[in-house]
Amino acid sequence: MRKNLFNVAAIFTGFATTFSYFFKKKPTIEYPSVKKQHAPRFHGLHELRRYADGKERCIGCELCAIACPANAITVIGAENSPTERHSPGERFAARYEIDELRCIFCGLCEEACPTDAIVLTPRFEMADYRRGAFVYAKDRLLVAPDEGVGTPPDERPNGIPGDLGLVAEKKATVDITAGYEATARGKYLKDHRRGLAG
Amino acid sequence: MNDLINSVPLWLIVLIKSGIVLAVVITTFAYAMLFERKVMGWMQLRPGPNRVGPWGLLQPAADAVKMMFKEDLTPDTADPLIYKLAPFISLICAMGVFAVIPFSESTGGGLWGTGADVNAGILFVFAVGSIGVYGISLAGWSSGSKFPLLGSVRSTAQMISYELAMTMSVIGVLILAGSTSLAAIVHAQQSVWFFIPQIIGFIIYMITAVAETNRAPFDLVEAETELVGGFHTEYSGLRFGLFFIAEYLNMITVSCLATLLFLGGWNAPFGILSGIIPGIVWFLLKAGIFMFFYIWLRTTLPRFRYDRLMDFGWKFLLPVATLNLIITAAVIAYTSKG
Repeated sequence: MRKNLFNVAAIFTGFATTFSYFFKKKPTIEYPSVKKQHAPRFHGLHELRRYADGKERCIGCELCAIACPANAITVIGAENSPTERHSPGERFAARYEIDELRCIFCGLCEEACPTDAIVLTPRFEMADYRRGAFVYAKDRLLVAPDEGVGTPPDERPNGIPGDLGLVAEKKATVDITAGYEATARGKYLKDHRRGLAG
Repeated sequence: MNDLINSVPLWLIVLIKSGIVLAVVITTFAYAMLFERKVMGWMQLRPGPNRVGPWGLLQPAADAVKMMFKEDLTPDTADPLIYKLAPFISLICAMGVFAVIPFSESTGGGLWGTGADVNAGILFVFAVGSIGVYGISLAGWSSGSKFPLLGSVRSTAQMISYELAMTMSVIGVLILAGSTSLAAIVHAQQSVWFFIPQIIGFIIYMITAVAETNRAPFDLVEAETELVGGFHTEYSGLRFGLFFIAEYLNMITVSCLATLLFLGGWNAPFGILSGIIPGIVWFLLKAGIFMFFYIWLRTTLPRFRYDRLMDFGWKFLLPVATLNLIITAAVIAYTSKG
């Protein structure tokens, strides 16, 4: 004990360490103003894609709802009529709702989907003041008609890409400087936010 | 101009000066807090507060507003009168000390400071500072719950044992200066600053000053990892704020005292630019370096264990301080005998 109590050299080593840290570059990412670039396979908010001709990919098969381990997805399918075609097949999703508070962002819905309709985007800023606002229905999940087909799902090469950072640089859907808000879809989601915030 | 100053009654001058010093000290407190959070942040590889205003410069204002609007709770088990009085004892003692601290040489109408060059200035500082301990002890005792009580018991023991060593370390300076007036002590340091002949006393003063202000690594009184918040666990809102202010004012006080007693007060180092740069700049610079040192200390060292704290105070600091005092006295007696 005596030795430890009077180990003055160790104290000075400590002082030197903290003082050198004083001048070091701080690794903090100042989040709201600077946004981290996520890996392309980051599991964030869902999105329902379209075909190139504007038809919805979802055929209302409910496989995603069955695959969902958190029971977060509700799909109610309906028949397409010749006059009103929503999807190329027989059926489409009349209602498609995901409770993002229940969702664990595992991506099993994406894997279960036979038509690659539901995909997870890197968007993650979903904070809101009301619980109800977290139930995302088709109005917010589906890619707007004038915005193309949506985010392509991963090509899923043999396993996980070796260098996620490199891939992120090539493929990330988030513009590092402007953030997701700058994309057409990000803007749409911001304008259609249901809660009290902004 | 001089006629004008002379025509104003002395009490008014002192009152105005006190007001100015009080305002400056409170502002210093606010920015000392920001300074501490920034420095600690940088030393821990964080940016520190930077959201309120440019560079986080308005953070103290935000904190003050937050403090004011928080609910002021009094626990059912507390002794209401003492519970409510305790923060004021702490704060008044912390502020009262500034009445005798001279910041610079006389500029007409007394010293800067508040003009009171008390001939027993250093004794006044220690006396008032000691009363401040009552604030902390009573706060913990009157809160009527376990953790504050433990905190206050610790504060009593810690303050008493470290105050002894602190006073002992300062007496060496008093012997060298031959006066207890703070201004006279500074004047005695014009040729050589007292931390050179009194290096042991200086080191002991630095250590005990940290313990006296309840700061890490001697913050056993608060010890948030063991005692929740120590003596101020039950306090909230403005009353907690008062303790906070008192702690920082005490920090400023011990920094000022260290400057006055050991680092030559407002004297310029080696007389550099002594005519050009006003003494108060040197004074503030030296005190600022001390403040930085205390923050540096807090980021670097972990908290003492309680029994080691007591061992260190009684079995090491006090004997060494006493020895230092005896040697100083002997040397002075020997050299001034003829």
